[in-house]
Amino acid sequence: MMRIQDHAGVFETWVTIITVALTAIAGDVLTAGAMRRIGDLDEIRAHSGLMGAIKAVVSSKMFLLGVLSMALSFFSLLFTLSKVDVSLAAPASAALTFIGNAAAAKIFLHENVDRRRWLAAIFVCVGVVLLSQ
Amino acid sequence: MKHTLSPQRYLILLAVMLTASVGDTLLSHGMTQVGPVSLQHLGLLLVALKNPWVICGILMLLGFFASYLTALSWADLTFVLPSTAFGYVVVALLSRFWLHEHISVYRWLGILLIVCGVGFVANGPSLTEHPKPESEHR
Repeated sequence: MMRIQDHAGVFETWVTIITVALTAIAGDVLTAGAMRRIGDLDEIRAHSGLMGAIKAVVSSKMFLLGVLSMALSFFSLLFTLSKVDVSLAAPASAALTFIGNAAAAKIFLHENVDRRRWLAAIFVCVGVVLLSQ
Repeated sequence: MKHTLSPQRYLILLAVMLTASVGDTLLSHGMTQVGPVSLQHLGLLLVALKNPWVICGILMLLGFFASYLTALSWADLTFVLPSTAFGYVVVALLSRFWLHEHISVYRWLGILLIVCGVGFVANGPSLTEHPKPESEHR
């Protein structure tokens, strides 16, 4: 059964979807960068306990910026889901986020995004879009 | 050194896979009950936070966040991210074999592509080796 919604125009639809993707990419890259700086959480927990691990994470400014970006992404997703059908908004923003993250991880985190990982990002991106059909 | 994961770490990745997709599904269900949110009525987003489905979705996503951060502390972002998509496959398979919903050829193809994508990454190293700065060698 189709949901009746206050549908957005093409421009507004894609602006909201791209906003969700960009803020999600910023959040992922900032938190991944923060976790890389903080180090292995399993080791920190073994030495300083759970509270020590939580303290190490929440005292990182980069992590807090990442959470802020994720919160923005979360609210823009809620906003988008109320305007755009979930069958378009969810896979489109997820697919853009997967490809954008592969590029951002290579540029900002200097991860070794080799052919295998690019292929994985593209396969997952196309797969997510097909799943929504 | 080739970075491989212990069974415990694969369990963390499994939590990343499941909690993200279930959380998103709960949120989506909650927002259909809340209704359309317009720029003039952004306050409705706060009302959404009182919806039990949205609350359950948020709790599930908090569990996702904890396991996701743990995974990012010992693996690359481009290694962890494809596993989040695997959750979509789990939801699709559950809907097929538990709820007996029809899965189209497109969806089966999507499932196959995601499984292949996750397989590509899972077979490779989990972490990029960066040369340590000089000061850390001393």
